[in-house]
Amino acid sequence: MSSKTLYDKIWDAHLVSERDDGTALIYIDRHLIHEVTSPQAFEGLRLAGRLPWRADANFATPDHNIPTTSDERKQGLEGIKDPVSKIQVRTLDDNCAEFGIFELKMTDDRQGIVHVVGPEQGATLPGMAIVCGDSHTSTHGALGALAHGIGTSEVEHVLATQCLMQKKAKNMLVRVDGQLKPGCTAKDIVLAIIGKIGTAGGTGFTIEFGGEAIQALSVEGRMTVCNMAIEAGARAGLIAVDETTLDYIKGRPFAPSGELWEQAAQSWRGLVSDADAAFDEVVVLQAEEIEPQVTWGTSPEMVAPVTGKVPDPAQEADETKRGNIQQALKYMGLQGGTAIKDIKLDCIFIGSCTNSRIEDLRAAAEVVKGKKVASSVEVAMVVPGSGLVKKQAEAEGLDQIFIEAGLEWREPGCSMCLAMNADQLGEGKHCASTSNRNFEGRQGFGGRTHLVSPAMAAAAAIAGHFVDIRELG
Amino acid sequence: MNKFMIEKGVVLPLDRANVDTDFIIPKQFLKSIKRTGFGVNLFDEHRYLDKGLPDADNSQRPINPDFVLNKPRYKGAKVLLAKDNFGCGSSREHAPWALDDYGFRVILAPSYADIFFNNCFKNGLLPIVLDKASISGLFAEVEANEGYQLEVDLQQQTILKPDGSTIEFSVDAFRKNCLLNGLDDIGLTLEDADKIRSFEENWRNAAPWYFTTSTATTT
Repeated sequence: MSSKTLYDKIWDAHLVSERDDGTALIYIDRHLIHEVTSPQAFEGLRLAGRLPWRADANFATPDHNIPTTSDERKQGLEGIKDPVSKIQVRTLDDNCAEFGIFELKMTDDRQGIVHVVGPEQGATLPGMAIVCGDSHTSTHGALGALAHGIGTSEVEHVLATQCLMQKKAKNMLVRVDGQLKPGCTAKDIVLAIIGKIGTAGGTGFTIEFGGEAIQALSVEGRMTVCNMAIEAGARAGLIAVDETTLDYIKGRPFAPSGELWEQAAQSWRGLVSDADAAFDEVVVLQAEEIEPQVTWGTSPEMVAPVTGKVPDPAQEADETKRGNIQQALKYMGLQGGTAIKDIKLDCIFIGSCTNSRIEDLRAAAEVVKGKKVASSVEVAMVVPGSGLVKKQAEAEGLDQIFIEAGLEWREPGCSMCLAMNADQLGEGKHCASTSNRNFEGRQGFGGRTHLVSPAMAAAAAIAGHFVDIRELG
Repeated sequence: MNKFMIEKGVVLPLDRANVDTDFIIPKQFLKSIKRTGFGVNLFDEHRYLDKGLPDADNSQRPINPDFVLNKPRYKGAKVLLAKDNFGCGSSREHAPWALDDYGFRVILAPSYADIFFNNCFKNGLLPIVLDKASISGLFAEVEANEGYQLEVDLQQQTILKPDGSTIEFSVDAFRKNCLLNGLDDIGLTLEDADKIRSFEENWRNAAPWYFTTSTATTT
C-alpha cells in the first residue's frame, strides 16, 4: 500500500462514493450549527418535507449574534434588544427543538463560540469529518479532524444526507522547525505563515501543520494555528494526533469512555502522515525567526514583525502590490514607513474563535496584572470563548485582574470579531484585536483592525500603542 | 434552482484584488432568516456613503458616485469582472445571494476563494476562471467601451465578445450539468441513499466511538 498523508487517510476513511470526474460524497461525523448560517437550511428541509439524516450527529449553539453584556444576557432570549437578532437566535432554538438537535442555548453555562465549545465538549474527535456553516471550522483540525467550513446550501445538504459533496484538495505541508522564542505564540506562527504564503497561498489545498514548533504547542495553541488556515486560503488545516491530543480529549462529555476510549485512542494514534508520504507542496519556516506579529493593512497577509515598519508603497516595484498597499494604507489612515510601535490604539479586543480560550486569557492577564489601561484607549474588552472558559477564568481570578486594569469582562460570544451584535469598532478607530480578519469594516463600519496575539493586545492596552512583548520585564 | 443556459449582459469591472465576503455583504445584513432581498445591500460599505442598517430605507441613503456600481454606464450589469482571490473570508452564502439578487449571473476572475466558488454553483451563479492576461484584456476593453457586453454560453463553454471573437472557458462537468438542468444537489445525493446507509453501517462497526450518545444533556 502506498504511503498516505493524514489528509489522505481521513478522506479515504470517509469516502462514500466517487464519480469519474472526482466529485465525491464524504460522510460527515459531526455537523456544528449556529444561528446565522442555518435558518435558511432548516427552512429548505421543511419546504422539501425532509428530516435530518442523523439528528444525533448535529450540535448547535448560538454565538455570532448574541449580546455579551451581562444585563442583556441574564434575561435570556427576551433580553436581546435587537429584534432582528432575537428572531435569529429564537429561530435556532425552534429549529433544534423541531428537528431533535442537541443545542447549548444562550442561557446555558456551556454555551459559547461554536469552535471553542465543540472541542471543549469533546464533540470534536480525531479522525472525524466535521463541517459547520462557518469558515473558521478549520479550527477543529487541531485535533486531527478533517474540518471544513461550508455554505448554507451545504448545511442543508449535510442535514438531509449526512454527506458533503466535494472534490479532494491537494496536500500541503507547512513545517515549522525549531523552537519559538519567549513572547512568541501560536498566533505569531500562523500570522507569519500567512505573511509568507499569502491569503491565497493555500487555495485548493488542505494544509497539514507540522514540525517541532507545532508539536510543542498545546491543543489550544494548535487550534489558533488551524483556525487561521482559512486566512491562508485553505479550507481545512490539520495537525497530527499525539499524546497531547489524547490527553486533551479524555474525559470530555462527548468523548468515548472506558473500553471504547482505549480502542478509539489506539486507532487515533495512527492519525499521522506516513513518514514517506508525498505532499504537493512543502513550506518551511524557522521558529527562531518568528517575531511577535502585527497586521498593518486590510488583509491578514499584510503583516509585519512588531520591530518592523508599515511598508512604503514607493518602495514596491510590482504595480498591483503597490496599488494594494496604497488602498490599504488609505483605509487604515497610516503612512508608509511608520514604525509598528508608533501605531496608537483606541480599542482592544481580546476574544474570538482564534484566541479566547483559557490559555489566551491567562497570557493576557499576566501582562495587565497590576497595571492600568492607557487613558487614550477608549474601549478594552475581554470576551471569553465559552461559559466554561469564563467560569475557569473567574475561578483563577483573571476576571478581577482584567477589571482592575480597566478592561471590561464580558459574556461569551463572537462579539467584536465580526461585530454582528452591539460590540462594534468605531469609524476610524484603531483596534488591537486577537481575532482573525482585518478586512475593511470587519469589526465595525470604518474600523481599523490590527491582528495580534493576546499578550501583544494586552501590552498594547497598557501602553496605548504597540510594544514588543519581549521588552516587558 | 434556475437553469443556466446563455446569459448576455453589461459587464461591470471591480478593479480590486482579495475582495472578501464582508465587502460583498456586511455582517449586519446576515441577521435575516431569508435567502432573498440582499441585492440592495450588495457592496454596501462602498456603494453608500453612510453606514447601512438592516431596516433602513435604502432609497433615501446617500450614494457614493465614485463606486463603480453606481456609474450609470454599468446599470443593469449581469457580468462581474473581478480580480484575484475573489470571495475570500467568511463562508456566508449571503454573498452569492446578494450578487444573484442584484442581477449578476456570471463572475469572471483569475481566481476565487474555495467556499465562495462552491457556494456560487448552488445558487445558479456561474464563476468562471480566466487567465490573468484575458482578465486584464477584458478590463481594458470594458473601460474603453461604454455599454460593453459579453454573452456567456455554458453549454458551449464560450464567452462571445462584441467584436465576434470568443474566449473558451473550462468548468467542472458535474457542476455544468447541475447548472444547465437546474438540478438540486440534495435530490441527486439521495439517489445514492443506499450507498450512504451501507457506508454508515460499516463505519459504525469500524469506529463506534463516533456514534456514542453523549452524557451531556441539552438545555
